[in-house]
Amino acid sequence: MSAIWVEVDGVRVAAMSGQTVAGVLLGLGRTSWRSTRRDGRPRGVFCGIGVCFDCLVLVNGVPDVRACQRRVADGDVVRVQCGAELPGEC
Amino acid sequence: MSRVVVVGAGPAGLAAAWAAASVGASVLLVDSGVAVGGQYRRQSGLRAARTPVHPLIEWLPETSVWAVESMAGGHRVRLQTGAADSPGRTMSTVDTDALVIATGAYDRVLPFPGWDLPGVYTAGAAQALAKGQGVSVGRRVVVGGTGPFLLPVARSLVEVGAGVAEVLEANGIGGSWGWRRDPLGALGKVGELAGYGVMLARRRVPVRFGAAVVAAHGESRVEAVTVARLDAGWRVVAGSERVVEVDAVCLGFGFTAQLELAVSAGCRIEDGAVVVDPAQRTSVAGVFAAGEVTGIAGAGPAAAEGTVAGYAAAARVGRTVAVPRDAVRTVRAGRRFGRALAAAYPVRSGWRDWVSADTVVCRCEEVRMSDLCAAVAQGALGMRAVKLVSRAGLGLCQGRICGRIVGELTGTPFTQNRPIAVPVRLRDLAAVEDEEEN
Repeated sequence: MSAIWVEVDGVRVAAMSGQTVAGVLLGLGRTSWRSTRRDGRPRGVFCGIGVCFDCLVLVNGVPDVRACQRRVADGDVVRVQCGAELPGEC
Repeated sequence: MSRVVVVGAGPAGLAAAWAAASVGASVLLVDSGVAVGGQYRRQSGLRAARTPVHPLIEWLPETSVWAVESMAGGHRVRLQTGAADSPGRTMSTVDTDALVIATGAYDRVLPFPGWDLPGVYTAGAAQALAKGQGVSVGRRVVVGGTGPFLLPVARSLVEVGAGVAEVLEANGIGGSWGWRRDPLGALGKVGELAGYGVMLARRRVPVRFGAAVVAAHGESRVEAVTVARLDAGWRVVAGSERVVEVDAVCLGFGFTAQLELAVSAGCRIEDGAVVVDPAQRTSVAGVFAAGEVTGIAGAGPAAAEGTVAGYAAAARVGRTVAVPRDAVRTVRAGRRFGRALAAAYPVRSGWRDWVSADTVVCRCEEVRMSDLCAAVAQGALGMRAVKLVSRAGLGLCQGRICGRIVGELTGTPFTQNRPIAVPVRLRDLAAVEDEEEN
């Protein structure tokens, strides 16, 4: 595990290689990083093992990435997902 | 075609790959994780899981199987390889006449008002985050559900610095944790569980029987929960409700087998598990199953089933094998254990009373109990109609979380029929079609 840098909602934060996006976000004290399509309700991790698709987030402009499954890479740009997003929107 | 393909690198899949390779079969081992060991390695904190270093085993990490199709003499397995959910992953296919399905299981959770708030987690999530990421899901946590898995989850939480407010076992102490009669005794698990009990007692963590979290409260995250005593049928005992301030809830009501590949292959399924014979053969020639997909019994029996399945798969591709007797014995004991476990930690139907009209039932499509009732009132009969009218189960998780719940609430059994087993990005799907046309 070595130190790397990622950007979370515009802020540069330190992370360790091997961490998942969810691990980084929860470590920052965040519990939600997505709003639902219908009611705009906040969501974060639920199942933690890639089954439920609740913890979706944008990574490098690509929406619908499971934060609990994706491992961070140096320079990754992570951003909250607002409802249903297409790549490059919002 | 003569290569054994093993899907899943948890205890069952790893054992299958090793067994097949040990008698000279060439093996492709596919797993969605970056390391072998599956959920078990992470959940047990077993860092040094065997890596499949064997000249006859090719290990494909970060690879999901998105479809299994029948073809002449065997099966075609469709794969995508690359960082989770990234676009442009490598698409490939492999044909085999010996497919071992070892896809495991995931936590079963029951709904209640507020279970969709951030801060409500499955027990497995708390375990994965604690063991895999060193992160605690909260500072003050309630752990609830049923079954022996709740105790190691509570321990993991304590180990990463969480305060565990209470552990709630929904079943009564007589029926389930009367350890002398408990099936856990049969597998020598009593000592392990007693160890957890001592640790929790030392930390003054109360373990309550016949109680559950029946509501979670908060605006944008969990701030408190309602805990209630349950009767033998899991209905709330009137007047027993109390509010407990917490910032996280972890829930586990046993497990659901990950069956979609077995369903796609046409394997016979009974009571939520793949039916196998003593050689781990499914009802479909050339398809074997091992581990939690055949019934929930834990890592030891899963590995033994994997060993038997690996030998059987190797025999299918022409190797001469003699299945070790101790593996066969462990498989048999594991089956008995699994049955006893299910009987000792049942999910009782009274949970349906915890659900109110505006409780979200399908988390992906935000379908509420009232929407389900309206669909049934409109005459929606059968799984397809309930799904199409209410939209329950049509979201990204493909009904993995809500399928059993909606099935029980509507009286319509939901199957795990998912021809495309995991989401595939359109450009990647298009790439497959282009390749097959060329």
